[in-house]
Amino acid sequence: MNILYLEKVSYQRENKTILKNVNLTVNESDFIIVTGPSGSGKSTLLKLLNNLISPTKGRIVYRGKSMEEYNPVELRQNISLCFQTPYLFGRTVFENMVFPFNIRRKNIDKSMIHSLLKNLDLKEEILHKDIKNLSGGEKQRVSLARTLLFKPDILLLDEITSALDEENTLKVENIITKLNNEGVTIIWVTHNKEQAERLGTRRIHIAGGTVSEVKA
Amino acid sequence: MKITSLMLASSLVMVSIIFSYSQKLKLEKDIIVGVLRAIIQLIVVGYILNWIFGIKSPIFTTMLILVMLFNASLNSAKRGRNIEGTLWISYVAIGAGTFITILILVLAGTISYSAYQIIPVSGMVISNAMVAIGLCYRQLTSDFKNKYMEVETKLALGADILPSSIEIIRDSIRTGMQPTIDSMKTLGVVALPGMMTGLILAGTSPVEAIKYQIMVTFMLLSCTSIASFLACYLSYSRFFNNRKQLIK
Repeated sequence: MNILYLEKVSYQRENKTILKNVNLTVNESDFIIVTGPSGSGKSTLLKLLNNLISPTKGRIVYRGKSMEEYNPVELRQNISLCFQTPYLFGRTVFENMVFPFNIRRKNIDKSMIHSLLKNLDLKEEILHKDIKNLSGGEKQRVSLARTLLFKPDILLLDEITSALDEENTLKVENIITKLNNEGVTIIWVTHNKEQAERLGTRRIHIAGGTVSEVKA
Repeated sequence: MKITSLMLASSLVMVSIIFSYSQKLKLEKDIIVGVLRAIIQLIVVGYILNWIFGIKSPIFTTMLILVMLFNASLNSAKRGRNIEGTLWISYVAIGAGTFITILILVLAGTISYSAYQIIPVSGMVISNAMVAIGLCYRQLTSDFKNKYMEVETKLALGADILPSSIEIIRDSIRTGMQPTIDSMKTLGVVALPGMMTGLILAGTSPVEAIKYQIMVTFMLLSCTSIASFLACYLSYSRFFNNRKQLIK
């Protein structure tokens, strides 16, 4: 059953066409790997799916309804996006980890935070660390943990392992694969060829603003 | 003060003209135009105020304050020309700041609702609120541009536009209030404020002048905080479209 459907989607910014006439069907529990050269529109595609921007032409249908019919806040809580450049706010890691609970007006589940950090090879003490003192890899893992605190319907990942070593990359891949096995639909943008080959159930390639399915 | 004394004091203008000429600053024309404009404007305002104070009509006084509010709103709206609807936002923000501040002062018996007290006091309140919200608009515009990553990260996590912008709103309110707080800290230490100096020169005892200055300090703090708060909270949503997307 399709969960997401892009119908002739185009996106233009400052007279520059970034995506043109994209048609794409995403099925429930798909694990899609997105590849393509820099500036080809991969991040734009994820932003469109997260409703941070809207198509200039065409429409995106999520679970049978056009995205425009949904409350954007609820939509983004169901279709989560983790950015390529991890942006941590506030002063400490703790402030970042409690943010998803606060915006949903839910009690902070400390055990959940601890277990997620542990799975990402981060110690509990990091919670009280100043975000300025984190390494690039730590920032990327904290940013991912922050996104994963509430299990989404669709998870959009934009080169989330680019600052990680091989060991941590494999750990992250295992966590995401496990989530996919639990029914979460994954759309993962990567530049890493080996990663693209070892992950996913489908692969799409974006170049020159057009999307094509790569046959295995 | 005698007119002849004032004429003699005008020789002070010559100091800056001689300085400009000797240093080749080419400011002589600007200085002369500036001085003439200041004299003409102040004379006109002096006669107008004299006439207004003579009317003694609360309705007329209120209408005059509304006109002052409109002019101040027009001016501060220019600072936020990238933000939609700043004219009415400014009017509401400055208006509320002025109304609440003046109401408290009148109810407390510090001033009476008569033209010769209300108009100068309102003028001080309105102009300070105008400067404060102009700073707020500038800070909001620059923060939404420079901190768009923070806003989009929060939106992507499923936050509404208020929690996504709250740090920017707080930063902008602080910017609007900061000059008033800073000047409060240096009152009497760095300089005697203009109003207090004026009262002392007019023969009021410094102890009496201080009372008025303290009142002015309180009212400026109140109006700038109310106006900054309202201006920021009423305008932050203008940086988003109806899909709660950040407009870049």
